[in-house]
Amino acid sequence: MSIWDYANPKKFMQTTDRLLPFVAVPAGLMLAAGLLWGFFLTPDDYRQGATVKLLYIHVPSAMMAINAWGMMLVASLVWLIRRHHVSALAAKAAAPVGLVMTLIALVTGAIWGQPMWGTWWAWDPRLTSFLILFLFYLGYIALWEAVENPDTAADLTSVLCLVGSVFALLSRYAVNFWNQGLHQGASLSLDREQNMADVFWYPLLVCLAGFVLLFLTLVLLRTRTEIRLRRLKALEARERMA
Amino acid sequence: MIALLARDLRLAVRAGGGFGLGLAFFLIVTALVPFGVGPEGGTLARIAPGILWVGALLACLLSLDRIFALDFEDGSLDLLATAPIPLEAVVAVKSLAHWLTTGLPLVLAAPVFGLLLNLPGPGYGALVASLAVGTPALSVIGAFGAALTVGLKRGGLLLSLLVLPLYVPTLIFGAEAVRRGAGGLDFATPLMLLAAITAGALAGLPFAAAAAIRVNLR
Repeated sequence: MSIWDYANPKKFMQTTDRLLPFVAVPAGLMLAAGLLWGFFLTPDDYRQGATVKLLYIHVPSAMMAINAWGMMLVASLVWLIRRHHVSALAAKAAAPVGLVMTLIALVTGAIWGQPMWGTWWAWDPRLTSFLILFLFYLGYIALWEAVENPDTAADLTSVLCLVGSVFALLSRYAVNFWNQGLHQGASLSLDREQNMADVFWYPLLVCLAGFVLLFLTLVLLRTRTEIRLRRLKALEARERMA
Repeated sequence: MIALLARDLRLAVRAGGGFGLGLAFFLIVTALVPFGVGPEGGTLARIAPGILWVGALLACLLSLDRIFALDFEDGSLDLLATAPIPLEAVVAVKSLAHWLTTGLPLVLAAPVFGLLLNLPGPGYGALVASLAVGTPALSVIGAFGAALTVGLKRGGLLLSLLVLPLYVPTLIFGAEAVRRGAGGLDFATPLMLLAAITAGALAGLPFAAAAAIRVNLR
């Protein structure tokens, strides 16, 4: 029994069919709990007022926007090295989710920035690199859409994902060089005793976990859809042959 | 390899006229900017570094789909793929040919365009140096994008969507070098970082591009 067993679409479908409720329900519960807790049961920040509550959407979505690309990178590598179709389809399934996460992070950031910085948008390194990440997602999805042969599309998008990762990282540090930012430093890191006051920290943790589970749910669901779509195409092709 | 380079250069110069097109496009962009922002010398001098770099980038983009598309259509790319030289070398030579026909003319003509945009005196050295160091990266990255889209019917628009985000680091360091040069500051740091990007792209991307071509020829 190894992880590669799940490269078999049938096995994958069986397992995820049983697994999905156990991911989806906690995702919904944690998101509901975390967001309600964050929105209604925490005090306003003494400087930021009620806008601090956007934190509970902005930070998790930004985190997932980056991690979704990381997941696509791993899935692309698995496809290129071991040629498991489920892996390529999982990468394809994750891209639109990552795109939406990036968009949510950008939009909530703009809504927060308007009262706090006095501007919807500034050419700040973090904002700019997220905009570039958004463009990378767009290009990746467009390439999937443009190529007709599914195997060719999987190969090309995987190569693009690898090269894109290098350049996305490069852009991230290049924009630091280009302009000093408005955005505050990292709010979350593992090597600090306390990241923020506990009242804000605990609901944020719940939201982060909720977003991770939400991402998992969506990716599993979309991968299953892609596999079914692939099967449907095979059936149609067989019908045409007969 | 030299024969391939000579063939590509001859094709670029003689057939289709792709050779002067990039340069003419660059000229038009530089001529249009003053119409857009007004003819005041101060404003133009301030935005000249950015405009010149963005113009060079777009001029480069314009001729990218020519790198592989024609060879793909008439089947010479299949022959090149089965030729005794590795496909990675073919990609490298073709990028070099692309650079010699678009990048190098831009480097040589850039001071004239700088003059049109009222670029301050100390900026010219930085402009030529940064373009000379940076445009090879544009050609290689573009060759990678062209390799990805070579099999597509209407790949042109997709090509720009794929390639332009990849151009961001090059643009940042290139324009920064010119801006510092124009301000009379030391521009060695951005120039070195730009050279690092070019070196990295030259070393790595031919492999990625060759892999993409193999997939497309399959």
